[in-house]
Amino acid sequence: MEAYEGESIAIALYAIGIDVFSWSPKLGRPRGPLCMIGKCSSCFMIVDGVPNTKTCRFPVREGLRVERQRGRSTPPPEPIIDEVESLEIKTDVLIIGGGPAGLEAASILSKSGLSVVIVDEHFKLGGQLLKQTHKFFGSVDLFGGMRGFQIAEAYVKNLLSQPNIRVLTETVVYGVFRGGVVSAVSPGKHYLIKPRAVIAATGAQERLLEFPNNDLPGVMGAGGAQTIMNEYGVKPGERALVVGSGNVGLIIAYQLLQAGVRVEAIVEILIEIGGWFVHAAKIRRYGVPILTGHTIKYVVGDSRVEKAVVVAVDDKFNPIPGSEREYNVDLVLLAIGLEPDTRLHAQVGALMKYIPELGGLVPLRTRELETTVRNLYVAGDSSGIEEATTAILEGRIAAYSIVSKYSDGEKAIAAEMELDKALKFLWDEYRSSPLLSRARRGKELATVSKEEMEELRRKYPPPVEFG
Amino acid sequence: MSDTDYRRRGYIEIEELKKLGLIPPKDRLEKGPVAILECPEQIPCNICVPFCPTKAIQMERIIDIPRVDWNKCTGCGVCVAVCPGLAAFVVDLSKPEADYVTLPYEFLPAPVKGDSVVLLNRRSERIGVGEVIRVWERNKTYVVTVKVPKGFGMEVRGIWVERR
Ligand code: SF4
Ligand code: SF4
Repeated sequence: MEAYEGESIAIALYAIGIDVFSWSPKLGRPRGPLCMIGKCSSCFMIVDGVPNTKTCRFPVREGLRVERQRGRSTPPPEPIIDEVESLEIKTDVLIIGGGPAGLEAASILSKSGLSVVIVDEHFKLGGQLLKQTHKFFGSVDLFGGMRGFQIAEAYVKNLLSQPNIRVLTETVVYGVFRGGVVSAVSPGKHYLIKPRAVIAATGAQERLLEFPNNDLPGVMGAGGAQTIMNEYGVKPGERALVVGSGNVGLIIAYQLLQAGVRVEAIVEILIEIGGWFVHAAKIRRYGVPILTGHTIKYVVGDSRVEKAVVVAVDDKFNPIPGSEREYNVDLVLLAIGLEPDTRLHAQVGALMKYIPELGGLVPLRTRELETTVRNLYVAGDSSGIEEATTAILEGRIAAYSIVSKYSDGEKAIAAEMELDKALKFLWDEYRSSPLLSRARRGKELATVSKEEMEELRRKYPPPVEFG
Repeated sequence: MSDTDYRRRGYIEIEELKKLGLIPPKDRLEKGPVAILECPEQIPCNICVPFCPTKAIQMERIIDIPRVDWNKCTGCGVCVAVCPGLAAFVVDLSKPEADYVTLPYEFLPAPVKGDSVVLLNRRSERIGVGEVIRVWERNKTYVVTVKVPKGFGMEVRGIWVERR
């Protein structure tokens, strides 16, 4: 088959109407794309003989052999790559994750003269900025008014002109060893990286919802559909139902309309719309109903969603019998929230805390975003779910904190001033919006003073540190 | 009716906008084109402020609601083009024959001068047909001025261009 250069395998298949990628191990149920950003296992296929290949993260190439996978499949008997190049890298800062937080940090750190390695498992940098086609809010110096993918382009262009930065795409960090050595792999290469500081800006994954047949292809994360449609220009379906009316749900509904997809409704279990009014007004103007006090009951379909049934709920969220409505849709998009991807922070031994306001388990950190693992920083959605603008600000805070530590004289003073400025703006201005109060409360719960941090480190000494 | 009922409905009533002080006084409306920012919540955004060429939009903190100084506003429509919330409109109720509404549009096909388009109100009811008078584009947002029947200037907030 034919595909465009720069597409992933998953997209190339979806574009020609293939939506079943594999069958589940036990019941043989069809599996199709779900998150599209490398965080789930729904797009696994056998690629050139290798099973469990994440096809959403694998760029198409001439002559690739792609097969649907049945169950777990077995690894190939012979090694596929005979020679793996081993590389050792010493760097001032390692940034894991090339989304808004990582890119902002990289641009500040490299400008300050520190050496930077930035790693991302995708084959291009940008993270979830790549699929944001709407204009950003915020202020002009935070890229407000620009569209997300344009922000990613601006960052990448700027980074490529810096001599002291090394970009490793299609690279997965898989472990951290005693002595603070970080190991990573990419096809044919193995890296041992020794950084003086690490910023783990590993993003988030979408939450799932339990309802009968929720594993049918066509039930997708809202973000997954955004990737398909906005990053690659492929129409994800014909008729959609969106579950969840936070900003993500409202924005995806608008973008579906732009792509020519009919949006039957947005359902919201609470009695009020979750996201910002301006986003809701945009889609109400174009005829999308927002059913508050409703949830999805089940979907039906053969090898793909054909119908979705929604139901009203009472004030205890129990379904009200007889209130069911049916929609003929081939897409059900879940926009019910994100969960921080903090597996790496936890694995390294950073002290974690479960904070519902932030979407799940996050590392405790100082205001400067350093975790209990010395010189391991957290920034962006992995520090607790907010949005791209706060991710940029957190990337900035982590970066200036590192610059102020690892430089001296005027440079250190200037960095401290910038750090202070960013902290003040984030906490005293940006997060003072009443619409962000929940996330703010969460971030407060996750933040400890310097003294408390030292106490925590004494009490729960982490197994590694950087520096 | 509570103060934030619009958060249940997803659209706002003119009375609610008036209460929030977001609608210009009658005599200003009758004088010529003027901006109306239907942005009632304290979201962290101030994009419209630096872009307004006459410095008519005021805001102290980034989370404030934008306030237009109606006397400084010339109705140029720049805020319509830059507002990421697509919440800025310009209305001109000063002409005897018709009202004029300038609004953002981000669908294809792009509207063209002379098109007749379906007029939508805030809750997507088709309330009539209008004529496209002017179109300009900024970073993929079309800023469209439509001529609408007299008396519809405060109602029309969307248009639909049928496929040609
Ligand atoms: S219409 Fe022009 S002058 Fe009036 S507020 Fe908008 S940008 Fe400013
Ligand atoms: S640019 Fe739009 S969303 Fe932002 S403050 Fe101004 S009117 Fe509100």
